[in-house]
Parts: sequence; structure tokens; C-alpha cells
Amino acid sequence: MNAPQPLHPGVNLDVTDRKSHEKASEVIFGFWIFLMSDLVLFAALFATYAAMSTQGIAQGPAPSEVFDLGSAFIETLLLLLSSFTFGFAILAMKYSTSRLRLLAWLGVTAVLGAAFVAFELHDYYVMIVNNDAWPQTSGFLSAYYLLTGTHAVHVSAGILWMIVLAVQVMTLGTNPLVKLRLLRLALFWHMLDIVWVGIFTFVYLFGVAA
Amino acid sequence: MSWETIFGQLGWDSLVFTGAIKHPSASEFVAFGAGSIVVLGAVAVVVLLTAMRWWGPLWRDWLTSVDHKKIGIMYIVIALVMFLRALIEAGVMRSQQLAAYDSAGYLSADHFGQLFTTHGTIMIFFVAMPFITGLMNYVMPLQIGARDVSFPLLNAISLMLTAAGAGLIMVSLVVGEFSTGGWSGYPPFTGIEFSPGEGVDYWIWSVTLASIGSTLTGLNFAVTLYKKRCPGMDMFRMPLFCWTTLCTSILMIFAMAPLTVATIMLALDRYLGFHFFTNGDGGNMMNFANLFWLFGHPEVYILLLPALGVWSEVVSTFVGKRIYGYTSLVYATMCIAVLSFGVWLHHFFTMGQSANVNAIFGIATMIIGIPTGVKVYDWILTMYRGRIRITTPMLFHINFLLTFVLGGMTGILLANPTVDFQVHNSLFLIAHFHNMIIPGVLFGMFAAVQYWFPKAFGFRLHEGWGKAAFWSLAPGFLLAFFPLYWLGMNGAPRRTVMWSDPAFYPWLALAMLGAVLLLVGTVFLLVQIGVSIRQRRQLAVPLGDPWDGRSLEWSIPSPPPAWNFAVVPQVGGRDAFTEAKKNGLAYRSPAAYSDIEMPCNSMVAPLIGIFTFTLAFALVWHIWWLAVLSFIVVWGVVIARSFVSQTHEIIPASRVEAENEAFLAAARATPGVTRDLEMSPENRGKAAPDRLEQAGQKRPDDVLESAI
Repeated sequence: MNAPQPLHPGVNLDVTDRKSHEKASEVIFGFWIFLMSDLVLFAALFATYAAMSTQGIAQGPAPSEVFDLGSAFIETLLLLLSSFTFGFAILAMKYSTSRLRLLAWLGVTAVLGAAFVAFELHDYYVMIVNNDAWPQTSGFLSAYYLLTGTHAVHVSAGILWMIVLAVQVMTLGTNPLVKLRLLRLALFWHMLDIVWVGIFTFVYLFGVAA
Repeated sequence: MSWETIFGQLGWDSLVFTGAIKHPSASEFVAFGAGSIVVLGAVAVVVLLTAMRWWGPLWRDWLTSVDHKKIGIMYIVIALVMFLRALIEAGVMRSQQLAAYDSAGYLSADHFGQLFTTHGTIMIFFVAMPFITGLMNYVMPLQIGARDVSFPLLNAISLMLTAAGAGLIMVSLVVGEFSTGGWSGYPPFTGIEFSPGEGVDYWIWSVTLASIGSTLTGLNFAVTLYKKRCPGMDMFRMPLFCWTTLCTSILMIFAMAPLTVATIMLALDRYLGFHFFTNGDGGNMMNFANLFWLFGHPEVYILLLPALGVWSEVVSTFVGKRIYGYTSLVYATMCIAVLSFGVWLHHFFTMGQSANVNAIFGIATMIIGIPTGVKVYDWILTMYRGRIRITTPMLFHINFLLTFVLGGMTGILLANPTVDFQVHNSLFLIAHFHNMIIPGVLFGMFAAVQYWFPKAFGFRLHEGWGKAAFWSLAPGFLLAFFPLYWLGMNGAPRRTVMWSDPAFYPWLALAMLGAVLLLVGTVFLLVQIGVSIRQRRQLAVPLGDPWDGRSLEWSIPSPPPAWNFAVVPQVGGRDAFTEAKKNGLAYRSPAAYSDIEMPCNSMVAPLIGIFTFTLAFALVWHIWWLAVLSFIVVWGVVIARSFVSQTHEIIPASRVEAENEAFLAAARATPGVTRDLEMSPENRGKAAPDRLEQAGQKRPDDVLESAI
């Protein structure tokens, strides 16, 4: 059996499920375009943060005074690890006949994602308690909370989506619709990684170095 | 539970009617009248739907439909309704300015501020956007030989988000006030400190809903154009309207997000005390101007490009020649789309950046004139040695060529920062952008309606009333806006509620006359639709090709069946239907029919529309329980839908065959109509071959192109 041409970047279902594979091209392409638009949104938030973090500090604390690199590093590891485990979930979906393996990897991913969000909320809490750094304190903090908050909302939406899809795997089975949704959720999840790498670099590393 | 818990900041005083009773004045009476029209209009619609028993058909055939054709028509209906409102507002503003020479006029400054804000917001987001979106929805899939867009349900959701935004802006006429901050809503004026009421919140949420709807539309159309073209339809074989749709879609994908970001940040400032755009505490209002125009300038081309596509279709059809310089038109469109992202700063040359920055953006702006100029020459050369039929769309096109070039010239003037410093914020600017948008976009859409109406409804529009409308609208535009150039050069600022310079008076009076003509022309357009419906038997063109059309949409019946094409067409070049007619391949029965899979109707989109409306309304009035509930319902509907597995229905091949063979038989049996008789009742929608072709002579475009 010769493998068909890959129809889209990333994991193709091809050899194991030709039926789903043929339907994938259009929806996956559409989702890439959605991600592109979502990235434009993040780009606008990054640009705003770039201006605000230097010129919008006002009487509030500066970036280097409020950021905890250690915590941000743990968050980075959690999120990158969760992308890795999602990769295993997709491989399980493609090659394994056992739904359990897929569900287990999805569960691990969701837990890692939830831990990420919890750490981030804890960061906010520490910033507010120690430095009185509310989003209302200064333009810089408004931009910081909106940028990281938008990312956190995305991650939380991703977790909710994951739960819905896990329920669908259990009730509807791994039919083509559910498989293609999982592929799209995977793309979404990996994009959030990339955005986070940007946040870690430009917000945290640059912020502490400055 | 207290009143605030249940109704937020809503109170009896929020109703527009209480203002007129408590503080009677001319201004309040105008507001009272406007609010009454909305209420009476809504009541009239409900009574009509009930009396005619149309609720069921409205719900089954329209609101829950995911058919791109019906969605397109609904978009255009929204655009027309909102157009009437914003046009009347323009007339009210004109009459206020005429009445306010050396006196207060009859509107309060605050009311006048709301008028120019709603006029601009509506005309851009709820007239121009739904009009172009509706048109692209209707025409583009037909032109590429597709049965629907890539994501039909998403398409319906986009429509309903736009409808929710439009509904919100209509409700603001009755409940509460609208923003006075202009359509661009600059903070800090629109911040909570200077605009504490609900007005700006109405603006924020109606614009945000429209913006999200447009993002999804852009995504949908781009994927459709990349993935759903019929076999043989290479990119460079697509009709030019499809190219402009593609560029507009790409612009929507990239440009709407900055607007969403800007409105959300403004909302955070207003609701939660953030400091994005405030005075002090690190706020930066320049950032709003940047984000807004990062959307706002591409937006100009989002509106204009589909209209330019319409002009390309109209001119080649009514000249009976293939479009001149197809490839250059494609590249010009692409150039405009790319350049449109590099010029946003020319909307605020005077805000204090360095002269070098201004110079770069000024030059970039002027460069856009080059690809636009290429297009103008291409259209003129298409007409050269063609047999021009002066139909209503063609009149609009010729008017467009003349006036659009003038508007482009004043745009080049404004692109020069030194000139801009003199005339910025004056009526010169108002004249300039109306000069681009009215003859370019609005008249382009009117021409498109004249041109494609027979495709959508199976009968032509009455030509006499169309010409009457043109002869009111075209001079009306000139009278309404050319005086504003002069006024602006003489220092008349925009958005001014009162005057004292006697030199302005005659020009304002001329502008008023122009506004009246524009109103009259619009009434003629409505009359045209009414008359055409009454005479639909004489005007019927069920065979689908009344103008000797060139692209695939003319090869199918009018109105088209839900599945558009009985058999997915195969094309071998540009102007596919013209080629088929030339080679005698048109109206041939296909070798075989097969079952067609079509998406089912769905109540998801209307539900999302209703609950995003209540969400936005609750946010405007701080009714928190309703906001939370609506948000949960919207996403609950989305999740519930994902559990539905039966989303498509099968149309049996036998039914498709029966309908299509009946159409083909009728088409073959009907003698074609010549171009000279296309406005007569003899036109049943089948075009006779060109006389030159019959005589075996070369067509004019072949002569021209072989000469070059």
C-alpha cells in the first residue's frame, strides 16, 4: 500500500484512515487560517505590550520588580510538556485501536494545561499581594494582564474543548468528525505553545533583563 | 432583589420617549420620532408576519438556512434597511447645518454628535460591510462552480453576528443614547471619564460583533476560493470578482483582529478601570489610533475591492468583450491589498510623529494610486471598440470612472502631509472619502444589484426606474459632496453643529439639495423593486442568462436550485460560459447525474444571533446575570451542535435530473434574444450569439489584442 500525498502540514491520517484523510484538507486548512487570524490578535497584544512595558509604567512597579522567572520557567515546562503529550494522543488516535490510550494521553494533557493555568493564576496572586500590581495600576500592567490573560483564556478554552472531545470519543467513538476535531485542537494547542514561548521571551526574560 | 440586580442601569428614563415628555425640545422630538419609527417598524413587521402566516416560512426557509444564496440575500436586506436609516440621518444632519447658520438649529450638540457617530458606524459596518459580504456570498460560489461555501454553518453564524450588531444599534434609538465619539471612537473622549453613559458601550459591542462576524466571513471565503473551485478552474481562470473577493477575504482575516483588540481594550478601560488609553497612569491613546487604523485602512479596501470586481464583471458583460488586461487587474488587486497595510498612519499625520515617518506613509499612500490607475485604464480599454450597451449598471460604471478618478486625485493631495496639515479634520476630508465610497462602493453595489438581481430572483429589474434612480443619485452625489471640498478648503471643520460664516451658506444649501436628490434616488430604487415585482411576468428570465453573461453563474437557471449546479462543471479557460456558448456546448445534458449531499438547515446560527445580542445588550446596561447566562448559552449551543452527527441530507439524482433536464429542454427550445432586445419582454434569459460571430467575423477584442 503506497502512502498518499500529505494533504496538510502536521500529522496526516492517510494510511490508517483514508476516509477521514480525504475530508481533512479543507477543514484543516480553514483552521490554519483561523490560527493565523488569532495570531494577528496576539501580535496586536504583543505590540501593545512592547509599547506599554517601557512607556506605560507610570507610578506602578517596573517589569523587573514583579516577574518571577522561576515560576514562568515551570509554566513553560508544563505547557511544552503538554504539547508533547498531545502529540502522543494524536499518535494514539492514528495508530492505536484502543480508545483508552487516546483518552489517557488527552487526560494527561488536560491536567498539565490546568496546572499551567493554576500556576499563572498563582503568579497573578503573588504579584497583587507582594507588589500591589493590579491591572488597574498602570498601562504596563494592563497590557501584561491582557496579553497573558488572553493566552490563559485560550488555554482554558482548549481544556474545555478537550473535555468535550473526550466525551465525544467515549460516546460517538473515533469517527471522522471527532478525529478531525482532535487534529484541529492539536494545532490550536501547539499554537498556544508558540505564543507562550513569545511571552516567556519578550515578557519575562526581557522584562527581568531590562 | 434590587432593581439594579435585575435590570442593571436600565431605567424608565433610558427610554427615548421619556426625554421628550420630561424636557420637550425639537431635538428630543426628533429622537422621539426616530425611536417611534423603530418601534412602529418592528410592530409592523410582526403584524405582517403574523397576518400573512410567514413566521414558519421565515424560520424554515430563511433564518435557519445555511444556503449561501439565501444568506447573501439576508445580508443585503440588512444593508438596505440600515442604509435607509443612515441616509435619513445624513439628511437630518444636512438640514441641521442649514438651519444652524448663526443660530442653534434644531438639534442639540449631543444629539448631533450621536447622529454623525451612528451615521458613520452604520454606513461602514452595517451597510457597506453586509452589502459586500452579501454579494460575495451570493455570487462567488456560483462563479467558481461550487455548491456552497466551505463552512456553510459558520457562514450563517457570521450573518447572525452581524445581524445582532445591527439590532443592537437599532435598539439604541429606543433605549438609551449612542456614542458621540465618531465612528472611529477615539479615546480619551470615549473613555469613562469623558463619556460616562452607555453610548460608547453600544458602539463597542455592536462594532465588536460585526468585527468577529467579518473575521469568520473572511476565513470562510478564503478557504472556499482555495479549496472549492470546480475542476479546471485555476486561480488565473477565476472571474475577477472572485479575485477581489479573495483579496478582501485575506484583508478581513488580517485586519479585523486589531479592531477587536482595540474595542476590547477600550471596554476594559471603561468597565474595569484598565489604563490602555486613559490620560495618565501609563495610558497611551495613540495606541488606539494605531490599532484602529491598522484595521481602518485595510477596511477601506475591504469595501472597495469587491466593488472593483463588480465593475470588471459589469463592463465586460455590457461591452460584450473579454476584460482587457486580466492579469494586470489581478496583480493590481493584489498590490492594493498588500499596500493597504502600509498606509494606516495617514489617518493621523497631525498626531505628532516625526516628519520622516509621515513622509514614508505619505509616499506609500500615493503609490496605491498606481495599481488603481492600472485598473481604470483596463476598464477604459475594455470599452474601446466594444459595443457598449448603456444599461443602468453601465451608467453607474461610467459615472464611477469619472468621479472616482477625481476622488483619487484629492486622495493624492491628502497623502501629502503638508497638505493634510491644512485640511485635516475639515469637510475636505469628508468630501474625499465620500467621493471614494459613494460612486465606488455604494454605486458599485447598486450596479451589482441591477446586474445580479435577475439571477437571484428570476426576473429583471425595471430598467426605466433604474435609470431614473441613476439620474438622481449621480448628480445628487456631486451636489452633496463637491461643495464640501470647497467648504473644507475654506476652513469649515467636520462634525460642526453650528455656523456663523455667511460665505458657507450657499454651499451648504447646495449640499442639502444633493442630499435630497440622493434620498429621491433611493426612493426610486425602492419603487423600482416594487414595480419589478408587480411586472415580474414580463420581466421574467428563468433561463438564467439575460445579459449574455460570461461566467458560470449565468449557465444555471434563475433562481438557481439549492445545489447550484446539477453536475459540477468542468472549465477549460476564462469566461467559461462564453466559451461554452461559442463552441455550442452550452445547455447540453450531462452524461450522468449523481446524488448530491447538501448541509441541513440548522437553528444554531439564529440562536447564537439572539444570545450574542442579549449578551451585548446586557453588557451595555450592566445586567450581569443576563450577560453570564447569554455567554453560557452561546457556547452551550456550539458544544451541543458538535454532538449532532446528522448534518447533511442527500438530494437524489432522480430529482436533480428531472429539474435540470426540464431547464435544459426549455433553454434549448427557446430562441435567444439579441442584445438590442435584452430590455424587452422577449428576453427570457437566453442570449442569442453575437451577430459578428454568426457572420464568422473576428470579435472586436480579438482584433484589438492581435494588434497589440
